[in-house]
Amino acid sequence: MVVNSVHWFRKGLRLHDNPALQEALNGADTVRCVYILDPWFAGAANVGINRWRFLLEALEDLDNSLKKLNSRLFVVRGQPTDVFPRLLKEWKVTRLTFEYDPEPYGKERDGAIMKMAQEFGVETIVRNSHTLYNLDRIIEMNNNSPPLTFKRFQTIVSRLELPRRPLPPITQQQMDKCRTKMADNHDQLYSIPSLEELGFRTEGLPPAIWQGGESEALDRLNKHLDKKVWVANLEHPRVNTCSLYASPTGLSPYLRFGCLSCRVLYYNLRELYMKLRKRCSPPLSLFGQLLWREFFYTAATNNPNFDRMDGNPICVQIPWDQNPEALAKWAEGRTGFPWIDAIMTQLRQEGWIHHLARHAVACFLTRGDLWVSWESGMRVFEELLLDADWSVNAGSWMWLSCSAFFQQFFHCYCPVGFGRRTDPSGDYIRRYIPILKDYPNRYIYEPWNAPESVQKAANCVVGVNYPKPMINHAEGSRLNIERMKQVYQQLSHYRGLSLLASVPTIQEEAEPPMTDESQTSSGPDSPPRGPADSEAAGCSTAPDSSTVCASSTYALHPDLKDKGDNYPSKKPYTSSGSLTQSSAAITSTFASHPPAPLSPAQSPLSRSKPSSPSSSCPTFAESPSPTTAPTQTSSLGQRRKGLAHKVRRSQRQRGRQSWTLAPREGGRKSEEEEREEAGGEERMEEDVEQDEERMEEEPSEETAGQQQ
Amino acid sequence: MLNLTSLFLRMKRMKGGEEGGDSSPGNSSPEVCKKVRTQNTEDSEAGVASEFLDSDWARLPQELLLHIFQYLPLLDRAYASQVCRGWNQAFHMPELWRCFEFELNQPASSYLKATHPDLIKQIIKRHSNHLQYVSFKVDSSTESAEAACDILSQLVNCSLKTLGLISTARPSFMEVPKSHFISALTVVFVNSKSLSSLKIDDTPVDDPSLKVLVANNSDTLKLLKMSSCPHVSPAGILCVADQCHGLRELALNYHLLSDELLLALSSEKHVHLEHLRIDVVSENPGQHFHTIKKSSWDAMVRHSPKFNLVMYFFLYEDEFGPFFNDEIPVTHLYFGRSVSKEVLGRVGLHCPRLVELVVCANGLRPLDEELIRIAKHCNQLSAIGLGECEVSCSAFVEFVKMCGRRLSQLSIMEEVLIPDHKYSLDEIHWEVSKHLGRVWFPDMMPTW
Repeated sequence: MVVNSVHWFRKGLRLHDNPALQEALNGADTVRCVYILDPWFAGAANVGINRWRFLLEALEDLDNSLKKLNSRLFVVRGQPTDVFPRLLKEWKVTRLTFEYDPEPYGKERDGAIMKMAQEFGVETIVRNSHTLYNLDRIIEMNNNSPPLTFKRFQTIVSRLELPRRPLPPITQQQMDKCRTKMADNHDQLYSIPSLEELGFRTEGLPPAIWQGGESEALDRLNKHLDKKVWVANLEHPRVNTCSLYASPTGLSPYLRFGCLSCRVLYYNLRELYMKLRKRCSPPLSLFGQLLWREFFYTAATNNPNFDRMDGNPICVQIPWDQNPEALAKWAEGRTGFPWIDAIMTQLRQEGWIHHLARHAVACFLTRGDLWVSWESGMRVFEELLLDADWSVNAGSWMWLSCSAFFQQFFHCYCPVGFGRRTDPSGDYIRRYIPILKDYPNRYIYEPWNAPESVQKAANCVVGVNYPKPMINHAEGSRLNIERMKQVYQQLSHYRGLSLLASVPTIQEEAEPPMTDESQTSSGPDSPPRGPADSEAAGCSTAPDSSTVCASSTYALHPDLKDKGDNYPSKKPYTSSGSLTQSSAAITSTFASHPPAPLSPAQSPLSRSKPSSPSSSCPTFAESPSPTTAPTQTSSLGQRRKGLAHKVRRSQRQRGRQSWTLAPREGGRKSEEEEREEAGGEERMEEDVEQDEERMEEEPSEETAGQQQ
Repeated sequence: MLNLTSLFLRMKRMKGGEEGGDSSPGNSSPEVCKKVRTQNTEDSEAGVASEFLDSDWARLPQELLLHIFQYLPLLDRAYASQVCRGWNQAFHMPELWRCFEFELNQPASSYLKATHPDLIKQIIKRHSNHLQYVSFKVDSSTESAEAACDILSQLVNCSLKTLGLISTARPSFMEVPKSHFISALTVVFVNSKSLSSLKIDDTPVDDPSLKVLVANNSDTLKLLKMSSCPHVSPAGILCVADQCHGLRELALNYHLLSDELLLALSSEKHVHLEHLRIDVVSENPGQHFHTIKKSSWDAMVRHSPKFNLVMYFFLYEDEFGPFFNDEIPVTHLYFGRSVSKEVLGRVGLHCPRLVELVVCANGLRPLDEELIRIAKHCNQLSAIGLGECEVSCSAFVEFVKMCGRRLSQLSIMEEVLIPDHKYSLDEIHWEVSKHLGRVWFPDMMPTW
């Protein structure tokens, strides 16, 4: 039987370590390498010119490499669902191969294509090569829920076997066996579009700092591994002025588009380390960046709402401000803080910024200063950042805005001091905001504090030539730290004074040795909880958090809970309401995200937000509490642990339920919405008539804590 | 109990389902009521309903019903109230309306939902006299804050015990015309007469309105939080401290703090203070701050030996001059902006009661000696967090060793720790874990 293969490129734009492509070639009579994109949607998509340019260059490079093997890349215009039926017939395709896409949107798209292929009698082969590990395996090993702290993730990964070894690049010989005749009008039909064709204006476009493509990626990999560079990086991880600039050894955009295989990078690092250090196994920290990527992929793979706050079970609901004006100033680099503006300018011009710079601007936009939702920032990064993966981008934004993943929030990056620490000279600022170039070092991070004479001498008067700072950072961070505390103390139900009251589970995640026992005790298979337990979990939820509240209510339903517990991790999610086909299908490479949600909170139905299920949630949460004496802090660890446990458990439950309940989502919302009971009183417990069991429980728990 | 609740909810859902299927929702709910009421005869009529019919729900004693209702979110209670007259009465029981949190958000400025205006009307009409613990959460829009004031000024016949005005985004109460805000607030002060807890941070409250508060609520007031209220003067807060002898918790800005205030709070008539929270914020760079006498602090500690002094600093480095030159009974210290090595050195010398310390940022020189000094002198220190600072690994290990297991919170960014000849980054977590008696890791940031 004749085997006509089509390999569908989406990410994974490379010929090395491409297992799905190898499958396409294996015993085939013809092979066509296809990339599908819809120029019509290109302009509409939230993807900036630098990212498109990078993609087109990567396709160009792929086509060139294929040419060398006497083959070509077929760039087909249209949507996968429209294009494939035609192609499958026209080319008499019998085998379709592509790389596994672990992102929820991708899984859905691929599911549809596989179904279609099946109807056409076409065999589909899917191989995992965008991530190091099989993500489902990690989830399975964490009792069927994705690990939510990096530590936990590392622990699980360290128990896994090493990632699969990379495959060699495809060879001339392999290709020769399935030589496919190219039509004379191939270039006419299947050429790579230009930026102009996609609707971008290219006059005055500066040359790319980051050139797309596999060849460039492999060049960079060699430089990256250059002994000296690498050893230096490992031993001096400190950030300095140099690290802020685009580095010729940077790899992140190449990993994003799959121009470089993460496994190739992994094994190269590993071998180099073993050669240099003469130790048998390198520490996990060696693979930091790769593992973070993997971590976020794992957290996102079964969560189609990973990129939003609403309906996202792992995301803390924070009452962000809607402030389009502030958002625009931030996005366009007009905040009046040179450090922030320089970073945003670099991002817009070059498509890449250092990870600490990302932290700085993300913190500034969200919890640090502007109190604008991380979702808005994420969308800006999605447009501009070359290496913005759907999962990694959303995950990092949640991380940096302290919306998930349990990290400390007491510390905000200072938009003046942080920059100055990193680059005391201010040269970085001068490069990206040339109007400030004549400012003395002393004032370059805070030009508004320069005396007028200095401003005039530098030919840049603040308020005239460069904006005044849009916010008083000291005041802004004071307000915001209070707000974060409000949110988190309600979450953990912690009533003490801890300034460090970070997200509740840090301790717990780190503390117990990761034995199987400790896992099962908190895992979904644990025995059904007693009523007291679920009540307590209910109490420990935040009035601010609609999802948390949902969980607490639903925890009271044995029937729903059971459904949740039985939810198999591998079951493909079914809720597709949020993922619209159209704009998501722009190209297969970018199209990993649904369009911006239409302000879900604004629907007329959802007018009131759920509140605390009990009247004992802390409203005057943050500081003084009559029940806390200085001694209490010391007993904190214990107490928090228990509560954290419950919170987390209820979170988990919530996670599962949100899948199982997906079909009745609409109904559930309307029930949640009017949960108006006030989280009125907490501080002055003695005032409250203790007519609720719960309220009696609370103080006693507190005392118990103190006695320990 | 729980089963009841869940059955109950299921029933409500069932009802909701019927409603969805029925084009005239008005019909369906009485029908359900009937089903429940005429339970004995119509068993077979609705299969789903029958499971509830055996349990004689309508005759459930009010106390039990109340108990159940307390577990239900408001909307569920509202559904339930449509089941029968008895349940409808239960819905309006005063006990269920003691606490209420008004959420006032505009779709344009908030992602969160708001309390429905009809519900607000209902509450004002039927339940305002039941309200005791009330809070208002408003988003960044002035409209929301004004709406909150409008509601406040209608709460004439209620006696609130606690009131909280909470801005969830920007301090929007500050945008409300001061007179509007003050008149709304004084309505509550005058009518309630037994306020015990009041949280009005970031609002335009002023001295005269505090006088009204004192005149009406001096016997009951226990908690007052009013950080960043620019219209209050030191004299205004002093008047509160002088008259409200039951005041146990107080939060305010440093500019309101005076020796007189501390002495008033430590007078014999006054109960022991439990918490004092002070925000030290600089409005403009180079601002000068007054000092508080050591003798005033001493008086406080004598009077309230266990009180917590929580201080948040948001200052430029060069504004710390007046602070930490003398012993100060601070227990919780938060440095929100960069603070110099020198100031931290003074903290180590003069803060013997320190329990928690957060340093968000510091210069480029390691904080080695400062930390060790803190470990030596602050014998109650149990929590520390370091942000943009540097500490050498061996000094850090030494610090942990000195503090030992009482360090229940140790939140250190990985970048803070500088490897040295003794410890690498890989080794430090073992060493620190050993001294803490539990597994510890530095906090990590995504390298992305």
